[in-house]
Amino acid sequence: MTTRIDRRFAALTKAARPALVTFVTAGDPDHETSLSILRALPAAGADLIEIGMPFSDPMADGPAIQAAGLRALKSGQTLKRTLAMVRAFRAGDDETPIVLMGYYNPIYSYGNARFLADAKEAGVDGLIVVDLPPEEDEELCLPAIRAGLNFIRLATPTTDDRRLPAVLANTSGFLYYVSIAGITGTAAPDTTAVADAVTRIKDHTGLPICVGFGVKTPNQAAAIGRVADGVVIGSALVEAIRTSLDEAGRATEGTVPAVTGLVRSLAEGVRAARQIAAE
Amino acid sequence: MNEQPNSFRTGPDERGRFGLYGGRFVAETLMPLILDLERAYTEAKNDPAFHAELAQLGKHYTGRPSPLYLAERLTAHLGGAKIYFKRDELNHTGSHKINNCLGQILLAKRMGKTRIIAETGAGQHGVASATVSARFDFPCVVYMGATDVERQKPNVFRMRLLGAKVKPVTAGAGTLKDAMNEALRDWVANVETTYYLIGTAAGPHPYPAMVRDFQSVIGTELKEQIMEAEGRYPDALVAAVGGGSNAIGLFHPFLDERDVALYGVEAGGHGMDVPNGHAASMNGGRPGVLHGNRTYLLQDDDGQILEGHSISAGLDYPGVGPEHSWLRDSGRVSYVPATDSEALEAFQLCTRLEGIIPALEPAHALAEVIKLAPTMRKDQIIVMNMCGRGDKDVFTVGSILGFEL
Repeated sequence: MTTRIDRRFAALTKAARPALVTFVTAGDPDHETSLSILRALPAAGADLIEIGMPFSDPMADGPAIQAAGLRALKSGQTLKRTLAMVRAFRAGDDETPIVLMGYYNPIYSYGNARFLADAKEAGVDGLIVVDLPPEEDEELCLPAIRAGLNFIRLATPTTDDRRLPAVLANTSGFLYYVSIAGITGTAAPDTTAVADAVTRIKDHTGLPICVGFGVKTPNQAAAIGRVADGVVIGSALVEAIRTSLDEAGRATEGTVPAVTGLVRSLAEGVRAARQIAAE
Repeated sequence: MNEQPNSFRTGPDERGRFGLYGGRFVAETLMPLILDLERAYTEAKNDPAFHAELAQLGKHYTGRPSPLYLAERLTAHLGGAKIYFKRDELNHTGSHKINNCLGQILLAKRMGKTRIIAETGAGQHGVASATVSARFDFPCVVYMGATDVERQKPNVFRMRLLGAKVKPVTAGAGTLKDAMNEALRDWVANVETTYYLIGTAAGPHPYPAMVRDFQSVIGTELKEQIMEAEGRYPDALVAAVGGGSNAIGLFHPFLDERDVALYGVEAGGHGMDVPNGHAASMNGGRPGVLHGNRTYLLQDDDGQILEGHSISAGLDYPGVGPEHSWLRDSGRVSYVPATDSEALEAFQLCTRLEGIIPALEPAHALAEVIKLAPTMRKDQIIVMNMCGRGDKDVFTVGSILGFEL
């Protein structure tokens, strides 16, 4: 089965450039603005879109994404509305892959079977669920695969060669390599260590490898893009949203451009990565 | 749901499950560590030297066994069953928390870890963690909700005296669940060096089973003590349940003694009919996944975790240990709520009648004893776990009763 994610990576391989994967939290700072941001991302240079499903207790996230989740929840975002947002996006874009990322409880509360059916119908392509390691694959991973959704796993600096096969076993679409042992948006990754890890993982899998956690600037994105198949940017984008808000925390005219502007410069960085490498 | 297994004492299974509950719902970064911990704990459990060292510390450092005390005046006052207290509030550091901390610090030492982190609500587990860290020369960081830092000042000062760093957590409502989130974030960033000393019988496998094992000394001692005092087992055991470590420690050795009725008392806060006004996850929540395990949780329709409320910082947690969730569904243990005001009344009654100031946590258990004892015959026996002393709560209680401290 070929998914939008597979097709997108095949096209990027042909174009010989890494993917820019952008993360924003659904409903941040409000549903309408968030949908506008989503719709503007592909033209600004996002190759894949990760949409955060806000959760009250984001244990793997740093302050920036924690705050984004709280803004979204405060504005009334729910998992149901997140799926509606994907559906609305899909009405105008049938190509850009959408990956929902978050924590298990809101999905479990929604009902796993119903969630998978509704997500597929809305046009979701893949899932990243932070607190579902391979040991819990029967919960959602295997049903997701059966429903035709990619289940994208995180590998981390603590995932050694002994453990890697378990992590890769039911992973599809791409592998998300977490560049630091830590939470999102904090320490900057060490490019050499990331390059070594990506090389090591490539020995075990033919899947594309995207690298995220702590990548903030076009230069960092270019450096990571030289060694990986994709670069994930999250905290920097939600920070751009936060700094664009007015004193009451509401969206301004500057909110959508703040995100698209940053995405454009990041896309330039990522696209320059291989050109520099090729010289 | 009520099919009765041959034994209630065989869990968890190899996946860390108690029926539907438990498991290992953690980020990949932590997974190798959780598996290491499981291996290390299994080795320690089978090592007589580990048990010998723990027993030695229990006796000479903690002061075990804790006495079994017949509360004569309370018994006479209530006019029903004979009431005993298992007095874990007399332990070093003032609560049952030290039992678990000693076990885990020995494990941290075996694993070659060099730094301890812990979360705390009321501060009892924080104090116990800081204590064992001082005793075994580990640097220790305790995460504590900012709201709890405010309402548990004496314990915050104790932890600092013991050399621990207390980090106030302002996320969420600044209570125990937020402290646990922050401790997990620290752990992910410091996996190589750091041992996470979880204070309750919850979290990813193997924590619920491990904490239960370390706390089961309470119920094991009781079996011997009550046989000596009464020549038989009690008719009922009563314990407060927040995360549920003192309760599971009391109950577990008695789970297969089917004639012993077991009561776990949850925090009813302002009342079970007040939305988000209590912390009784098994009476007012539904199953979900948080902090590494599936268990009963207080949550809204979208699966967002609610903060809950209790007068007792130690019970103010939206979840509960997974084994309790399983025991609830199986019907082996009855979980009942007690409100803030019932606990407050029990707190004062116990203090005046027995000269024992209970912590607000066991005051909830006592509130159930007050309801239960008069419905039982005088030749029947209740044992309540007095799992903590109330010194830390005098400011909270004082401000409610209008005393200037």
